[in-house]
Amino acid sequence: MAAKSNAARVERDEKSKRIVASARPAENATNLDRLIHERTRLAIISALAVNESLTFNELKKLLSVTDGNLSVHARKLEDAGYISCAKSFANRLPKTEYRLSTAGRRALEKYLDHMEALIRATRER
Amino acid sequence: MSSHQPLPPRPRDPVALDDRARDNLRFIRETMERAGSFTAVPGWGGVAMGITAFGAAAIASRQDSPLAWLVTWMIEATAAIAIASWTTYTKARESGGSLFSGPGRRFVYSFAPPIFVGALLTLFLVRAGLTGTIAGMWLLLYGTAVVTGGAFSIRIVPLMGLCFMVLGAVALFSPASWSNALLAAGFGGLHVIFGAVIARKYGG
Repeated sequence: MAAKSNAARVERDEKSKRIVASARPAENATNLDRLIHERTRLAIISALAVNESLTFNELKKLLSVTDGNLSVHARKLEDAGYISCAKSFANRLPKTEYRLSTAGRRALEKYLDHMEALIRATRER
Repeated sequence: MSSHQPLPPRPRDPVALDDRARDNLRFIRETMERAGSFTAVPGWGGVAMGITAFGAAAIASRQDSPLAWLVTWMIEATAAIAIASWTTYTKARESGGSLFSGPGRRFVYSFAPPIFVGALLTLFLVRAGLTGTIAGMWLLLYGTAVVTGGAFSIRIVPLMGLCFMVLGAVALFSPASWSNALLAAGFGGLHVIFGAVIARKYGG
C-alpha cells in the first residue's frame, strides 16, 4: 500500500517536472540527461559505478529510500538500458541484483563531463 | 522589419547553475564513497580486533620462548579473523547480500593474497630461526592487504593500510625487543583508532 502511493507520488513529481522543463526551453537546450539528473537515480548510478553489483536491499539501505521509490526509479533506469536487473532466490528469499550497463556507465561519464563543462564555462566568463 | 534583432537573453543565473553543478558532483562523489565502503569490515569489528591485539601483546611480552610468543600471536590472528568474518557476515546479511557477492568478494580477493604470503613467510622465518623479523613482515603484509583491499573503498581504509606499512618498515629496522610494542601499536592502536573513525563516520 505505502509502496504504491509512494510510486504514484514519484510518477506525479516526474510529470510536474516535465511540465516545468517544457515551459523553459532554454534549459532543455542544455541537453541534460534528465534520466540520471534526478537525485535518486543519480545515486543509484553512482553507487553501482563503484560496485560490480548491489542488491535491492543494499541500495535501499545505502540511499535511505523507500521500497516503492527505489523500485520505480530502478525500473526507469532499467527501461533505459542503463542498469540490468537479475532476480533470484537466496535461502528461499527473493533477491534482486542490479548492475550498471555499458550504456549506463557512458551516461554517467557524459553527465560528469556536462557538470564539469558547466563549471568551466562559468569560471571563464 | 526592425533592423536589430533582440539580443539573446543572458544566462539567467550562471552562478546558481555553476553552484548546482558543483553540488551535483559533490553528491556523486559522496554517494560513491559511501557505496564503495558498503560491505568492508565494519568499524566496530576493527575496534574489537584492536582490543584483543592489546591483550595478545601483553601476554606475548611475558613469553620466554619464541615458539610460545608465536603461538600467542597465532591465537590472536585466529580471533581477529573470527571477529572480522562474523561482523562482516552479519553486516552483509542485514542488507540481504552475501559475503562473496559484489564489494565483499572484491575485498576478499584482493585482501587474501598478501595474507597467504604472510602465512608462508612466517613458516619459513620460524624454520630459519629469524623470529625477530616476523613482526615487521606481518605489519608490512597486513598493510599491503588493507591498501589493496581498500583501494576502491573510502580513502580512510587504504590510509590505515599505509600506516601499517610504515610501522612494518620501522619494525624491520629496529631491535627484535620492540616487536611486541610495534605489534600492539599496529594491530591494537591503528585498529582501534581507524575502527572508531569508520564506525562513527560511515555507520557501523
